[in-house]
Amino acid sequence: MRTRELHFAVLAVGALVCATPARAQSPYGIGRPATPAEIAGWNIDIDRYGDNLPPGSGSVSHGHEVFDQQCVACHGAKGEGGVGDRLVGGQGTLATEKPVRTVGSYWPYAPTLFDYIRRAMPQNAPQSLSNDDVYAVSAYILNLNGLLPAEATIDAKALSAIKMPNRDMFVGDPRPDVKNPECMSGCKEK
Amino acid sequence: MTEPTDVDNESVVTSRRHFLRESGALMGGAVLGGLASSEVLGATAAENPVNLPPNVPEWMKTPGDPMGSQLYGTPSPFEKGVIKNIPKNLTQYISASGRTPLQDLDGIITPNGLFYERHHGGVPTIDPAQHRLMLHGLVDKPMIFTMDDIRRFPSESRIHFLECSGNPVYTKPYGKTASDLVGLLSCAEWTGVSLKLVLQEAGLQPGAKWVVAEGADAAAMTRSIPIEKCLEDAMLVYSQNGERLRPQQGYPLRLLLPGFEGNMNVKWLRRLRVAAEPTYSREETSKYTDLMPNGTAREFTFYMEAKSIITRPSGGQKLNAPGFHEISGIAWSGHGKIRRVDVSVDDGKSWQEAQLQEPVLTRALTRFRLPWHWDGKPAVIQSRAIDETGYVQPTLAELLGVRGDNHFYHNNAIWPWRIADSGEVTNANA
Repeated sequence: MRTRELHFAVLAVGALVCATPARAQSPYGIGRPATPAEIAGWNIDIDRYGDNLPPGSGSVSHGHEVFDQQCVACHGAKGEGGVGDRLVGGQGTLATEKPVRTVGSYWPYAPTLFDYIRRAMPQNAPQSLSNDDVYAVSAYILNLNGLLPAEATIDAKALSAIKMPNRDMFVGDPRPDVKNPECMSGCKEK
Repeated sequence: MTEPTDVDNESVVTSRRHFLRESGALMGGAVLGGLASSEVLGATAAENPVNLPPNVPEWMKTPGDPMGSQLYGTPSPFEKGVIKNIPKNLTQYISASGRTPLQDLDGIITPNGLFYERHHGGVPTIDPAQHRLMLHGLVDKPMIFTMDDIRRFPSESRIHFLECSGNPVYTKPYGKTASDLVGLLSCAEWTGVSLKLVLQEAGLQPGAKWVVAEGADAAAMTRSIPIEKCLEDAMLVYSQNGERLRPQQGYPLRLLLPGFEGNMNVKWLRRLRVAAEPTYSREETSKYTDLMPNGTAREFTFYMEAKSIITRPSGGQKLNAPGFHEISGIAWSGHGKIRRVDVSVDDGKSWQEAQLQEPVLTRALTRFRLPWHWDGKPAVIQSRAIDETGYVQPTLAELLGVRGDNHFYHNNAIWPWRIADSGEVTNANA
């Protein structure tokens, strides 16, 4: 009986080890643990659902001020573009001969706006805006695209709740999608 | 955003010719003669009989430069025209690209100084002693590695090409030279550690499907990579062609994803977050996606499909005289090895198989050659790559027919060169 119990115990331990093979010792013992504070300081990724959006909020009107100070030099007074990308307009043009790809016409997820502005804008001083300012300027750009009323203030929850017009227009990679008949001689076409 | 800025189609110019004019006054006629000889194929350089048989050339009559006159070697002054092809008149140069002068290079390895560049927030200057790689997310042990740590892992070296997805554009004006067209392409021997080993060091947790990579540049460039690729052949690279990465290529550490579009090979790599889903960064939603004529857009279009181009003779060069001219070019595929390259010298009416130079490596440039006698009459020459999956490089018309001309990325069309009876070579699609 005792032997049998022991045998069972060994099996159970074996099963546990097999179930979590990745928890074994690090093969090379190189590197050191990252602390939660270190990770929090560096992890600025925000996914399409708005996960990891920071506390804070910003209004369209304050965003207008931030935009005038930080963004117009490259993106134009009304987000019409210049040295930087055009940010406004273009809705309804994507299936035409002259598609205009902007935040309003093309971007599928609103939280990405916060993520990108915080990590990369303004181009001359990225990661210099406060989280409140990033919320605000995101709100203003959405307002310029008719996606947020002028009196709106947004936070993590409100930004995540915005459905972008082009959200459902992205598809996976179907390639190879173009076929060359591999003609060797007597080919008619160039 | 209307005009993606990966490549600047209106101001792509042949910097070489411009340079020739400018450098003439600076360096003297002898230099010009040397440069011209590599542009005019089969030509005889401007000759100075003093240095030609039966005379003994002047550089044999006096000692040359002493040892140590160049502590980091540079090319001959007669090759000063072989430089990166930087578009002129860009609105800004912080998020921009510069091309490899493919038509001036031989073999399959791109010299580090001529490797193509694409930056989204400029080139940072990073002290390797202060650089860290953070690995966190769905791992058992979130970790931080120094560069010394990274170099302690078992290392490996592999030769792979790297290519920008916007190489070239679908719409006119098309470039004049091979570099203008597909110069956002280079190939090197990369040394680093298999990403798989580093991920195993932290321990992947169940549900780990993607790895989000972030650069330490002013764009904090971010792309999501499927875990399958990370465990297949992805590398963390610290050296290129034997020396440490150049700053333009991500010093001190970059990601290398063989066969995947260039921007995913995140430079100045500082963070890897293992996740269940992609992060849907701006780069993988509004930027590096492919708009179709019906208004849908393809996302996560990772692979660079099979492609080739004749680099000699090619646009901007000139055949000096009828007779023998070797046709030479490069072929590559993100899906593996090049199986075959066909060349047509009769405007696509017939094709013949080119010789492939060994080694033919997976996801690397392959050099092809075809001996050719030019009869002095107008001709159109072009090449067509077939990779090990059986995929055949398409024509531009075939591509445009499916994708439309607002597609922008992943143009792998056949590119024909027109040879005039004068011997001048131009872009036949232009």
